[in-house]
This record gives sequence, structure tokens and C-alpha cells, in this order.
Amino acid sequence: MAIEVRIPTILRNYTGGQRSVEGSGSTLNELFADLDGRFDGLRGRLVDESGLRRFVNVYLNDEDVRFLGGLEAPVSDGDTVTVLPAVAGGTN
Amino acid sequence: MRYDSLLDAVGGTPLVGLPHLSPGPDVRLWAKLEDRNPTGSVKDRAAAYMVAAAEKEGLLGPGATILEPTSGNTGISLAMVARVRGYQLICVLPENTSAERRQLLEAYGAAIVTSPAAGGSNEAVRVAKEMAAEHPDWVLLYQYGNEANARAHYETTGPELLCDLPQVTHFVAGLGTSGTLMGVGRYLRERVPGVQVVAAEPRYGELVYGLRNLGEGFVPELYDESVLTGRFSVSSADALRRTRELLSAEGLFAGISSGCVLHAALAIAGRAQAAGNRADIALLIADAGWKYLSTGAYGGTLAEAEARLEGQLWA
Repeated sequence: MAIEVRIPTILRNYTGGQRSVEGSGSTLNELFADLDGRFDGLRGRLVDESGLRRFVNVYLNDEDVRFLGGLEAPVSDGDTVTVLPAVAGGTN
Repeated sequence: MRYDSLLDAVGGTPLVGLPHLSPGPDVRLWAKLEDRNPTGSVKDRAAAYMVAAAEKEGLLGPGATILEPTSGNTGISLAMVARVRGYQLICVLPENTSAERRQLLEAYGAAIVTSPAAGGSNEAVRVAKEMAAEHPDWVLLYQYGNEANARAHYETTGPELLCDLPQVTHFVAGLGTSGTLMGVGRYLRERVPGVQVVAAEPRYGELVYGLRNLGEGFVPELYDESVLTGRFSVSSADALRRTRELLSAEGLFAGISSGCVLHAALAIAGRAQAAGNRADIALLIADAGWKYLSTGAYGGTLAEAEARLEGQLWA
């Protein structure tokens, strides 16, 4: 078992076109560090000095990680992490 | 009940229990039926408030033209208010919105400018801002950043809800402009210790997230993370399934965004039930299903409906 990370179209140039990759770690931070070892530069697109980038949303099993501890949010095998750019969506 | 005009009939919507979807007597779901507004959606509240505020500030004079990026409901509400108050309306509408919304806007006499499907409402916002810059006499109300949008909910939706459900523990609504969540959320948090304010956000197909770069991302100016206590991303499949459950279990014919909200509400309800906590969870039904019939959301198998909805802005 591992943690599945779903990658949005806009970042798939970092994953060789893969829609979904697998990683490991006990926190989101560790997971991103693990991914960065294989997908060079990916972490830098998600995170800056102050934490998650403003226009990046990350969901742990469909919940926004900003309400689950941010980069310190605990993750474990079997979880699904979804990365999406922040967009206006349609609810209006 | 009697009102002087259609505009005066905005708000005052019923709160109804959802006894069949509630997990038990101590964990209950309550639906605030915003489809019972004059044009059939929660957006009547924001439209009425934004126009009133612009009139008060002297931005809107007789015969003025209002411009707004909208995927539908706000445009329809503004079209009604514009008719009552004597304004012209131009809506910038993404091309991947349901046919009914377009037909309704045309019926109200609004002019429609179509923005590209890729990028969804992001593109509509961009196009509207460009048009506003070229036509300084047009009034861009701009629901994503207009404080009157959130204030409508702080002054009306929030008080109505708390009056009907003083024991409320959770409020769940769809996240778009964030006006509803910010307004109701602030109102409740000031008055109900420990109340949870939860956003349910539609997760669309990839087309809608088709930005050219991350810097083109968008967070509404009204959005203040500190008002929320949680935020769920809900897939089209889950939203559709829950929309049908509202119909089959409670007889409630709601729009697809309400299925999205129900999905988050049921997750919260399940946790409260498992933890043995009392919960009275209020969820906001933004509109009814009429405008989505042409999307095929209510017929055939869920897989078929999901396939038909791919790439559509359903909330």
C-alpha cells in the first residue's frame, strides 16, 4: 500500500504525463519530499516558504488539507491526495 | 403573505427537516430551501443587495447597464432585479453551462457574451473585467469581491437560519463566490459557540482546471479561510448520487450543487453519529433541479449521467 497522489493536467509535465503517482510519508510534507525525489521540481510548484501556494488546493480524501493541519496533516497508506489549481469554478 | 413587488419577496425561505437522510434522532439534517426565492435560487439575495448597494453609492442611475460574469444563477437573479429596477444587463457566461440558464437569461432580456469553456468561470471573470475596462460607464457588480454579496447572507440568511434552528451545530453550503459561507458563517460564529462552517466545493472534469499556468488561479476576494472550519471537494459522481437521494428519500427536487452539499453534510453527520455527538446540521439548497433537466442528471444510470455532465459547470 502507498499513498495515491492525483496530479492536475497543469503539473503533469513533472510526472512524465502521469495522472496519478504513488508516494509515502507520515505527513503531507514528507509525502511531497518523497515525490520530489522522483519528480524533480514538483514540490516547488506546490509549496513555497510560507506553505502551500495560494493557487494550489490539496485535498486529503476529499478534504482541504488547510483545515487538517496543512503540510503537517498526517497521511497514511491507502489515503488519496488530490492536487488541484484554485479556479473560480462555477457556483454562481 | 403579501409583498409590494417581487424584489420584496426575496428571502424568508423555509427550513425543512430531512428525516429519512438523518442518521438518527440526535444527528439531524435540515435543508434551507433557497429555491423558494423569486427566480428560484439563493442568488436573489446577493443580486438584490448588490444592486441596492450600487444604487446607494450612486453607481447605478436610470437606464444604466450592469455587467456580470456568471455561470447562471446570479445572472438570472440580476436579470430579474434589472427588470424591476429598470436597468440593462450583460452577462458573461461560460459556454459549458446548461441550456436552461441561457434560455432564462434571454427570456429576461439580458444580453449574453459567451466565454470559452476551458477555464470555466475563471475565463468569464477575465472577459468581464476586460469589458468593464473598455466601458467605464457599465457597472461591474462583481459578485466575487462585492461585500454586499456576503452582507446579504449576514443580514438575512444567517438570522433566518438561527431563528429557525437555535440549536444549529453545523452549516454546510456550496463554495463559489463564498458569499453565502462568509455571510452566514460570520453571523453564526459570532453567536453560536463552537459552530462548524463547512464548504462543499464542486470538483469538475479536467477541462475546468485547464489553466495555462498556476499563476492564473483564482481565489474570490470575499473568501476568508478563517471563517470556515472545513472544506470538502465533491466529485460529480457523488454530487449526482446525492442529488438523486434527495429526490428518492425526501422528495426534494434540488439542483446538482445541493447534492454536493448533501454529500459533505452526510460525511459530517456520519462522524457525529459515530462519536455519539448531538448534531443539527443545516445545509443550503441553492436551487431546484429544473435548470439541469437538459443535462440528463436525473435520468438513466448514474454512470450515464456522470458522462453527460463531464466538462459542464453544474453548480
